[in-house]
Amino acid sequence: MGKSMELRLSGTGGQGLILAGIIIADAAIRDGKNSVQSQSYGPEARGGASRAEVIISDEEIDYPRVAHPNVLLVMSQEAYDKFAADLDRGGVMIIDSTYVQERPGIDGAVYTLPISSTAREQVGREMVANVVALGAMVRITGVVSRRALADALLARIPRGTEELNLKALETGWQLAEKVLH
Amino acid sequence: MMQELQGYLRLDRFPHMWCPGCGNGIVLGCLLRAIKKLELDQDRTVIVGGIGCSSRAVGYLDFNTLHTTHGRALAFATGIKLARPELHVIVITGDGDATAIGGNHFIHAARRNIDLTVVLFNNNIYGMTGGQYSPLTPGGKKATTAPYGTIEHNFDVAELARSAGATYVGRSTTYHSNLLANLIAAGIENKGFSLVEAITACPTAYGRRNKMRSGAEMLLWQKENAVHVKKTERMAPAELAGKIVIGELHKREAPEYTAMYEQLIAEAGRETGGGSVTPLKGR
Amino acid sequence: MSQVIEMARLMQGNEAVAEGALAAGVRFFAGYPITPSTEIAEIMADRLPRLGGKFIQMEDEIAGLAAVIGASLAGLKALTATSGPGFSLMQENLGFAAMAEVPCVIVNVQRSGPSTGMPTSPAQGDVMQARWGTHGDHPVIVLSPSSVREAYDLTVRAVNLAEKYRVPVILLMDEVVGHLREKVVLPARGEVETVDRPSPKVPPGEYVPFRPEDNLVPPMANFGEGYRYHVTGLAHDEKGTPTNNPALAEQLLLRLHDKINMHLDDILLDDAKFLEDAEIVVLAYGSTARPARRAVKEARGRGIKAGLYRPLTLWPFPAKKVRELAEQAHSIIVPEMNLGQYRLEVERVVRDRARVSGVNRVHGELIEPEEITAAILEVV
Ligand SMILES: Cc1ncc(C[n+]2csc(CCOP(=O)(O)OP(=O)(O)O)c2C)c(N)n1
Ligand code: SF4
Repeated sequence: MGKSMELRLSGTGGQGLILAGIIIADAAIRDGKNSVQSQSYGPEARGGASRAEVIISDEEIDYPRVAHPNVLLVMSQEAYDKFAADLDRGGVMIIDSTYVQERPGIDGAVYTLPISSTAREQVGREMVANVVALGAMVRITGVVSRRALADALLARIPRGTEELNLKALETGWQLAEKVLH
Repeated sequence: MMQELQGYLRLDRFPHMWCPGCGNGIVLGCLLRAIKKLELDQDRTVIVGGIGCSSRAVGYLDFNTLHTTHGRALAFATGIKLARPELHVIVITGDGDATAIGGNHFIHAARRNIDLTVVLFNNNIYGMTGGQYSPLTPGGKKATTAPYGTIEHNFDVAELARSAGATYVGRSTTYHSNLLANLIAAGIENKGFSLVEAITACPTAYGRRNKMRSGAEMLLWQKENAVHVKKTERMAPAELAGKIVIGELHKREAPEYTAMYEQLIAEAGRETGGGSVTPLKGR
Repeated sequence: MSQVIEMARLMQGNEAVAEGALAAGVRFFAGYPITPSTEIAEIMADRLPRLGGKFIQMEDEIAGLAAVIGASLAGLKALTATSGPGFSLMQENLGFAAMAEVPCVIVNVQRSGPSTGMPTSPAQGDVMQARWGTHGDHPVIVLSPSSVREAYDLTVRAVNLAEKYRVPVILLMDEVVGHLREKVVLPARGEVETVDRPSPKVPPGEYVPFRPEDNLVPPMANFGEGYRYHVTGLAHDEKGTPTNNPALAEQLLLRLHDKINMHLDDILLDDAKFLEDAEIVVLAYGSTARPARRAVKEARGRGIKAGLYRPLTLWPFPAKKVRELAEQAHSIIVPEMNLGQYRLEVERVVRDRARVSGVNRVHGELIEPEEITAAILEVV
């Protein structure tokens, strides 16, 4: 299982994290890898805590759940409180500072980015915060290629929103670029 | 049964299971006369029954016949009709079958206005299981499970069907058998959900407990209490209490479910690489 | 067309069931929405009319299976999908389909129960219900997939077996496989083997609707094709006439069983890993087979002779194979998201030939590989 990457995208229902997980998993396949994506739903209704998990591997993937993510995206305080401690040693955590204020210390590389507010202010729609997050996450971790990510994104969004989403992806990419340099 | 209707029967299945004096045979005769009148093709006609004395009728009929589970005949029939809209689908059901355990299927089949013709044998009782009260047992009448007389209110099933969306509703009795046959024929001709309620005698499980000992006595009761719908306009509500209103009670135009589905198919467009429903073999 | 389908793509388990059904020739779906199976109905509602097929959302699951049986009698390959509460409602008509020998497929995407339970959480608590849920002795075929690709393959297989043997076939999934998305490469439409029900070889006048051929399956005429016959859930003779004759009734029930039992070689399907020299066998099905496979690999890494046996056909029970495993291994471990339903059957067959233990969780989460590893270490 050495060559596998395990990701968890967490936040609240309605932030589009399940779609984001699907896009990453799809991109991995476009890169020629194996991937599985699963999610935990809240109750049958919407809202509440939401979590999507993705495993990317060169090998066959047996166990589809993620216990200790190598990459953890956190987009709400509740998700932080619940999942931050699960981060694998040496893992990468990306935090949306728009919604996560209190951050007790955590081992590993932590990137704090204003994801949702940037989506709102620079892209014009907070709705695409998930795509901004994807851009930043892939820039930081390189779990999938940028090309595959853009292709998967375009394949899974409603027609007519291509421009908006590509802008969101680029904005996220640049947001990460800034903290990396 | 009339000679000319024998071609519709599986004579090897006789004698039938019904009691002496039972009205089920009369209703069945009316159904066959309606089928004869319309010259329905036996190969292209499906008759579906639920569970009960009345529903057993399907076994005696030389058509494509399906004897289902208690209350569910309409749901099975819906599958057949939607799968093969070109078939005539007739449902034979009892008052308990259609309005108690099958009540939900009944209102929804009516709501969809799917082209099924329901002949509801209303004997006001659960005959098959020996005389328990049904949703169509009139208040105060006795049943094995209502030894003091039922305190429940009964449905007017014709009214129920109408408000649920049926496009044809008629009612007659086994005494008024010509009318019954005509109503069933009109129900089959209606392209949509049709209910024909047939008031029929169950001397064994109902009459006996309610001061009508024989089938003949019950027929007489039907004769004396039935009022044709045309006459009711001139009658005061008080005069109508306890009467059986017979005749064509309701008719209206509305799009039929399977026709709308065919239209939906036409508009949805073809998917490449798929097959289609193969046409019926044989003919 | 085939290019698109041959491509690797990310697909959800429920989506694979719908794709498999369509590829197998299913042209009728009737059902009632219930988590975690609803995606199947939604996809069928969209796709079927574009293939000239029919979809209908019924008023409940009782009606869903009834309509499916009706459509099957009228000649269409038909399927319904549900989860626990709806599966409970379907039991009566499931028995009808078994008794009247009407081909149909019921997909049960298992969720945590009993009752409404945890609607979005997985479980495998319906294993015994799938076998024995309807009243009376009856034959049934139950298949259980562990992956998205397998969900596709076993759906095709379920439809084919239903048609071939004129039985209801249950595809017993669980929420994990139903909602999991993973990489699949599906066969092109033309490459999928499909089976049609046996049709009568005699003219209507000579047709005896429930007279079996040598393989114990009676050829089936569809309503409307000129063969007028009677179908009933009552015990019946070969003509379909209801009967109370004890000999005829028993003859029918025994044939219904024998028509499955005489074709076990065709019906039973399984998969194995590291079984050749295994001394410890993990026997797992559905999504539980995934952590089981990880645990077995892990054990091999530590030099433990562990193997995985995975029945894809849960019922009829692969008794012969399990008996063989019991001769070969000293321990059999059965992890399940229930309190030991399938283990009961394993124990019944194994007797004291090997030690049988379980890893049983009913908390609505997939069993973790470490839990199975611990069970392996316990019996080394
Ligand atoms: C699920 C189920 N519950 C109960 C029964 C028993 N049962 C058989 S027929 C019947 C009542 C039939 O009454 P009705 O529909 O009025 O028909 P009738 O016999 O009077 O013609 C009942 C309760 C059954 N067969 N199935
Ligand atoms: S019990 Fe009543 S309905 Fe049943 S056969 Fe006898 S008379 Fe007819």
